[in-house]
Amino acid sequence: MRKRKGGYAGFLIPGVAASLAVIALPLIMTVYTSFTRWTGIGTPEWIGVQNYRRLLDDSLFWSSFGHILLLIIAMAVVPTLLGLVLAALLFDFIAKAFGDRVASVLRSGLYVPQVLPVAVTGIVWAWILHPSYGALNRILDTIGLGVLARNWLGDPKYALFSVMAIMVWFQLGYPVVMFMAGLQRIDPELYEAAELDGADWWQRFRRITVHLIRPEFYVVLVTTTIAALKIFGQIFVLTRGGPSNATLVPSYFAYKNFFEKANVGYGSAIATILTLIIIVLAFVFLRLQTRNETSGS
Amino acid sequence: MKFRWVVLAALSALTLLVLAPLLVIALNAVKSPSDYANHGPLSMPSTLYFHGIVDFWNRVDFSRKLLNSLIVSGIVAVLGVLLSVLNAYALGIGRVKGRVWFLVFFLVANVLPQEVLVYPLYYLSKQLYLYDSLTSVIIIFTVIQSAFGTYLLSSVFAEFPTELLDAAAVDGAGKWRALWRVVVPVSRPTLAVLFTFFFIWTWNEFFLPLIFLISNANQTVPVALGVLQGDRMMDATTTSASGLIGILPALLFFLIFQRTLTRGITAGAIK
Repeated sequence: MRKRKGGYAGFLIPGVAASLAVIALPLIMTVYTSFTRWTGIGTPEWIGVQNYRRLLDDSLFWSSFGHILLLIIAMAVVPTLLGLVLAALLFDFIAKAFGDRVASVLRSGLYVPQVLPVAVTGIVWAWILHPSYGALNRILDTIGLGVLARNWLGDPKYALFSVMAIMVWFQLGYPVVMFMAGLQRIDPELYEAAELDGADWWQRFRRITVHLIRPEFYVVLVTTTIAALKIFGQIFVLTRGGPSNATLVPSYFAYKNFFEKANVGYGSAIATILTLIIIVLAFVFLRLQTRNETSGS
Repeated sequence: MKFRWVVLAALSALTLLVLAPLLVIALNAVKSPSDYANHGPLSMPSTLYFHGIVDFWNRVDFSRKLLNSLIVSGIVAVLGVLLSVLNAYALGIGRVKGRVWFLVFFLVANVLPQEVLVYPLYYLSKQLYLYDSLTSVIIIFTVIQSAFGTYLLSSVFAEFPTELLDAAAVDGAGKWRALWRVVVPVSRPTLAVLFTFFFIWTWNEFFLPLIFLISNANQTVPVALGVLQGDRMMDATTTSASGLIGILPALLFFLIFQRTLTRGITAGAIK
């Protein structure tokens, strides 16, 4: 047998050159710009950590991250927990009693919101929730619950909760698909043994399913949390961060500073902090995952 | 045993609830404005009325947006897979020096929020006269998608059967030939999953195309529809029409690619 010699580095050249130009260079430029005052024209003026100091006193900055915490509940926590129960029900009951086809049709139906462009689903919901010609208020009127009609996205009291509800709708299919794939790994004999021991469905779910599906659980939780931190399209189409900043999120806050207020330095500082949070989160997750794998095997 | 029927009914109801907004959209997209005004959003259309869709299609020159989206997504998917294959060949099979650091770099690139790249990219593309062109968006997304592809493919290629590579080497094939004659054909299923991901992700992208494609002739489908939101010309039936023609292509891809998608979805650990 011949050993393969080195000399593969050449294959990396196009990919690394392109990544340096499109990812590394812009990243470094944004971090640098975050220490400057710049309108986007002329030369940036170095001002040290002033942008960051200003951020700490900016109530909009804090509230945008506060909103993200609620969106993490709506986009990561609720869909993950609900998705786990739904996946187990589909896998244990529906697939066994009615066949795999029925289970996979239901799974696909729940997954549909995930494959549509977020800008388009935003349009759909903005219309349904529209105060004057939207479908939801018309429906409430028709069934005699007109008193419940609200300006769902236009009232600062309800806007964020409406967005949260939409995000649960949007996100739910992803954990269901992931967990159902994970459940296929589990040895059916484990369930049969538990059943013989007299464990009911809920006990089997808690003792076996939740335990064995842990790798998928981590992946889903971290990817959805990162998705929540990055949320932009839905906010842009649904509310543009309003009304009166009730649904402002960091990415939209940065966008506004870049392209509406020409505060490029300030926008860069927001983007840099968001990036740091995401990278730290990703590495903590990788740590947990590798530790889990080594202790599991 | 009645319990299983309760579960089926509950899950079917939930699935229907998830799909309900899309059904309401479809219902009202084929309704005339007067029909909507008289009977509301939940009635069946009294006659099928395609005027709203046709009108909207022509008003925004939707054929053009579809073509733009197809061009961008198609080219990004092809180039993205190509770039991922080259990177992963060096990292997964070639095991070049410092591969761990390259992988960390691609992993970080993969989770970065686009907000941290957008302004310099905007600035640089203006300097290079690439602003407001499909080319700029194609280049950017090819690189962004290939960061994910590299990360995923490197771990797939690390498990590549060495016997196949050894056999190719015995036959006198160089690295370049071994890549195209052995590695690519053998890993075609994985590459198909990657292609599908890249195509659909790029099709659905909103943030960067919103900033880079400002002229009407260059907009992609999501941008064209997204910026119209809140337009005074948009009444209930026109909005539904726009929603429906935005949903249909994506739904079509989903149905075409469904098998590849559900097989591959668990492959992406971090995205």
